[in-house]
Amino acid sequence: MSERPKRPPTKLVPVPSVNKIPERDINKAPILECQHLGIDFGGLTAVNDFNMAIGRTEIAGLIGPNGAGKTTVFNLLTKVYQPTRGTILLDGVDTHNMTTVQVNKAGIARTFQNIRLFSNLSVEDNVKIGLHNQVKYGMLQGVLRLPKYWKEEKRAHESAMELLHIFDMEDLASHQAGSLPYGAQRRLEIVRALATNPSLLLLDEPAAGMNPSETAELMDNIVKIRDTFHIAVLLIEHDMSLVMGICEGICVLNFGEIIAKGTPDEIKNDPQVIEAYLGKKREV
Amino acid sequence: MKKGKKLSATNRTNYLTYLGVILAFAILQPMSAAGKLSPTMQGQLVPICAYVVMALSLNLTVGVLGELSLGHAGFMSVGAFSGAVAASALKDAIPNGGLRLAVAMVIGAVFAGIVGVLISVPVLRLNGDYLAIVTLAFGQIIKSVVENLYVGVDGRGLHFGFLKPLTNLGQGGRMILNGPMGIPNITKISSFVAGFVLVMVTLAVIFNLVNSRAGRAIMAIRDNRIAAESVGLNITKYKMMAFVTSAALAGAAGALFALGQNTIVASKFDFNTSILILVYVVLGGQGKMWGSIIAATFLTVLPETPAMRGLADYRMLVYAIVLILVMLATNNPALQSFFARFKKAGEDKTVKGGEQA
Repeated sequence: MSERPKRPPTKLVPVPSVNKIPERDINKAPILECQHLGIDFGGLTAVNDFNMAIGRTEIAGLIGPNGAGKTTVFNLLTKVYQPTRGTILLDGVDTHNMTTVQVNKAGIARTFQNIRLFSNLSVEDNVKIGLHNQVKYGMLQGVLRLPKYWKEEKRAHESAMELLHIFDMEDLASHQAGSLPYGAQRRLEIVRALATNPSLLLLDEPAAGMNPSETAELMDNIVKIRDTFHIAVLLIEHDMSLVMGICEGICVLNFGEIIAKGTPDEIKNDPQVIEAYLGKKREV
Repeated sequence: MKKGKKLSATNRTNYLTYLGVILAFAILQPMSAAGKLSPTMQGQLVPICAYVVMALSLNLTVGVLGELSLGHAGFMSVGAFSGAVAASALKDAIPNGGLRLAVAMVIGAVFAGIVGVLISVPVLRLNGDYLAIVTLAFGQIIKSVVENLYVGVDGRGLHFGFLKPLTNLGQGGRMILNGPMGIPNITKISSFVAGFVLVMVTLAVIFNLVNSRAGRAIMAIRDNRIAAESVGLNITKYKMMAFVTSAALAGAAGALFALGQNTIVASKFDFNTSILILVYVVLGGQGKMWGSIIAATFLTVLPETPAMRGLADYRMLVYAIVLILVMLATNNPALQSFFARFKKAGEDKTVKGGEQA
């Protein structure tokens, strides 16, 4: 694979705590801040003392070996699980006791590791469902087809097409979502998540099952999404070319605990990370 | 260009469904008016409309929302008795039969809707098959309640009694609902025209609901509940919206049905009727409204044809077998791929070609 042109280096501003991913903009509160987050399933501690902050327009990576608890962190952030310990501050607001729906309305959108599309509906409808909370008309207005319905539906159609344009998927709009090829389904999931107008986008293995050229395109698109919508992105990924290529801060998780944090270069050379991924050097 | 094509894709089926119903009405109504239909067929016109609406409304719960309801006849029962009582009580207030029927159907729909809300508040918060279990019980409860309900009217207004017959009716008073005997001597005010209008209204409500913001949310919940939550959909609200709409439409159908009969009794709307309506939906195809209309019409008329009269006793047995066969057939991989080939040929060429290149 040819060498991708490097993004201009982002200015990383170190924050006082060693436990936080470097902040890009120290003057603003981070969009997401996890403090001592943890969850137990029965006697098993899946995630423990997870501390992390993500800047408002940062692309952050969450990596780690299989079973490290990465997806569990996503499920904690989106309140699929309620954390046993610790707090999650979204834009400075504690999400304690919020439901998945409320967290989404507050600004966290996500994709899933195993694709979860509305597979019997069209691509456009999938995006429109993402737009649901921004389309404002009631059931009666819909059933009676009042002027508001037509106005809002037109607006929804336009925004849906605009969002699909990011991934050049407009011409697939009328296709059934379940009939799309794997890569397109992954992209559609990202578009649907974006449609909910988030301030933080969580991507769970967005490049899984994609070939190198698709991955390269995805990397461009993730950066494009960040630059267009000015949102933060947190992604879980095993593809190191993607993680090292676009993430400005990386957090490495192993057995539910953070073992390293820093810029891609720092992570690449961290002995603990190398040990977690490749094992210990045998003493001779 | 693409947009125009897409719009017609979903809407074409809907418009064709409207058209089919209008055509059927346009053919049958003059025949019925000229007395060219056989007496059995003539008598079946209103029940057909009622069952078509029942099938359509159940399809909203089963096909669009993806929940199983085994007590849909219970909502029909609520609508039938509340509508018939209302029509009887309003006989003097509204002399015009058509208007009284409309009012009765609205009242039937409102009562059935209220009962739908009462059921769905606790049940729809749960996931899984609880709705099927609760609606099954609900159908039985409604039957028992109506069989023990006594309603009478006299100069002072409506009187209600439960478990024992009314004894306190004033001069000139009459019983409207007489417990296990049901409602005798109903003034038939239902007509084929009214049935047609109700079918059209039902179709419009369902199609417009499905092709709206709320309908998309309902189908999203059906397809993937976890994803629906993750994009901020209020699951309980939209489940309830679909279920209560379905119940209210069934109530209106119940009122239409009841006011086309001489007498109605609670045992008419039992578990068998619920299953019958479910058979219409499954046979017609879940989520396919035109399928429900055809299945309901066909299966209402068929047992009344002279050739099938002899088999009337085996009706439920035949339906059960049909239901099993349909389920086996629709889940058969060989048949599925056979039908998928037809679909694929027309639809998905662009996607496949584009991605593999």
